[in-house]
Amino acid sequence: MDEQNTQPEPSIFERMRNRLTPEGVPSDDRGRMRMVMDSLILHIHPAKVEVTSMKWTYTWGLGGLSALLMMVLGLTGIVLLNNYTPAAPQAYLDILEINSNVWFGELIRNLHHWSANLLIVVAVLHLIRVFVTGSYRPPRELNWLIGVVMLLLVLGANFTGYLLPWDQLAYWAITVGTSIISYVPLIGEWIGRLVLGGPEVGANTLLNFYSMHISFIPLAIFGLMSYHFWRVRKDGGLTVPKSSKQTEDPKPERVTTIPHLVHRELIFALGWIAALLTFAMLVPAPLEGIANPALSPNPAKAPWYFMGLQELLLHFHPLVGAIVLPGLAIAGIFALPFFDLNPKSVGVYFRSQRGRSLTVLAIGIALIATPIWVLLDEYVLNWTLWLPTWNTLLSNGLIPLAVVLLPIIFLDGWVHKSFQADTEERVLFIASFLFTAFIVLTVIGILFRGPGMSLYLPWNMPIITH
Amino acid sequence: MTDNTPTPNNLSRRDFLKVAWMFLGGVAALETAGVFISYLQPRLAEGEFGSVIIPGKVDEFPPNSVTHIPNGRFYVVRTNDGGFLAVYHRCTHLGCTVPWDQTAQKFVCPCHNSQFNREGVVENPPAPRPLDLFALIIENGELKVDTGKIIQRQTYETAQVVYP
Repeated sequence: MDEQNTQPEPSIFERMRNRLTPEGVPSDDRGRMRMVMDSLILHIHPAKVEVTSMKWTYTWGLGGLSALLMMVLGLTGIVLLNNYTPAAPQAYLDILEINSNVWFGELIRNLHHWSANLLIVVAVLHLIRVFVTGSYRPPRELNWLIGVVMLLLVLGANFTGYLLPWDQLAYWAITVGTSIISYVPLIGEWIGRLVLGGPEVGANTLLNFYSMHISFIPLAIFGLMSYHFWRVRKDGGLTVPKSSKQTEDPKPERVTTIPHLVHRELIFALGWIAALLTFAMLVPAPLEGIANPALSPNPAKAPWYFMGLQELLLHFHPLVGAIVLPGLAIAGIFALPFFDLNPKSVGVYFRSQRGRSLTVLAIGIALIATPIWVLLDEYVLNWTLWLPTWNTLLSNGLIPLAVVLLPIIFLDGWVHKSFQADTEERVLFIASFLFTAFIVLTVIGILFRGPGMSLYLPWNMPIITH
Repeated sequence: MTDNTPTPNNLSRRDFLKVAWMFLGGVAALETAGVFISYLQPRLAEGEFGSVIIPGKVDEFPPNSVTHIPNGRFYVVRTNDGGFLAVYHRCTHLGCTVPWDQTAQKFVCPCHNSQFNREGVVENPPAPRPLDLFALIIENGELKVDTGKIIQRQTYETAQVVYP
């Protein structure tokens, strides 16, 4: 008793610190595991992790990087609010002010812009990693669905944010993008007017997009992200990498999360923050002249991540190109874990040795076939001219759709017969083919489409004047 | 017979209340959705695009001419025989503003290369239908265009042309 009395009363700060970490950061494994379990933030991790799950070349840190980018976007987004008015034309003038008259304004805007664009790439790569390692199989199907919903929300966040600078680039990309809605049968026109707040992109659209961009979408992403992390732990943590020759499930060594995982994460995050800052200092976010509803630029392009979709629109009736094909693609991605079920190959990159070869084959075929199809459809095939009396939904929609789908069905049958590919390898083959084709279309849209959306070689592109 | 046990045709009080609560909850959810959807309906701005716009007098537009009226978002098209059309300048494909190409005598969309003739009829896809029209009337030698009324059409008919 005497001993305790001689100790000085802890100060308010010491008592607060004791509430957070009672014994400081412990140096023994038991204490470290206890610390992970007792901490609100750290307990998104288990107390111990498999050594091989942390292997850099298995996950590539893509989920963690997505979360980091969300944090950067949240922080830079909140401070951007203080210098921005969601009204036309003030919005554009505010961006000019941020770029020229606000301390570090241009840096913050560049960080926000480039992080948002990088997030799309990283989220898609994360999805691909989970797909090719079969990490969405039971019991992880629900988390796959949540991940896909988050990817759609990230696209929504990017698209609504695209309008906010209110420059020519923003105005026409959003005009082209939102016009697609009106092709939804029956209710399309009505939904389009609701989203735009009128018959065309205007002051109401800016306010609608702003409110979605800063409230509903980030709140939904934050909620789903928290659930996504919790679900990873509930479903038994990360999948464990396995080589295609292993038949037994590996039982890797487990180490404590502190320091092995936490330190890696900190170093990874610091490295990426440094890279983002450097990039944002060197490369300014694009900004064109103020939005002018009377003058469409030539060519008018959608945001780069929708250029694959816009390329489809050049080849198909809008109902097929903008509603049916993307709808089927999204439904297919959602449905993957419900027919690709083999638990044996979870953790094996590309399922098997044969899966690896088939993936390379699919990518190769898509790289060659897609440009040929684009050139054929651009210069040779002209169904609307050959069948002038037919409805354009048939001549420009269903016939070209059949031209594309039949070879894919044939390819699938060929892989099934000639290579004895099983369901999971066929899924991998078709998905690799379609994804590569989509990437090729996106690249053609971004680099090879010039004035009048005609095809040009990138080094012969006429100079575009706005 | 004073049997109180419920038969399949005879809802028990508990089941009835369960169904009633679910029904009321559904109605409340629909009402809430209705309130939010109504609240989000676009507001109409008076005196801007969407109201009646007077582009000028009949004599100001020579026959065989196309004149852009940017604040009304339309072209005044005067045909060879002196009739008028108010053609919405928005491409029916994906909403780009379609400029009039005087040398080619066509509307050529810069976004996806849709082409329309003077009357707005598609000459080159991907546009799925002719350019939309606005309701146009002529009063005391003055054109009046109601930009609140967008008229969609599948073909060009002479009945669409308004003569002074």
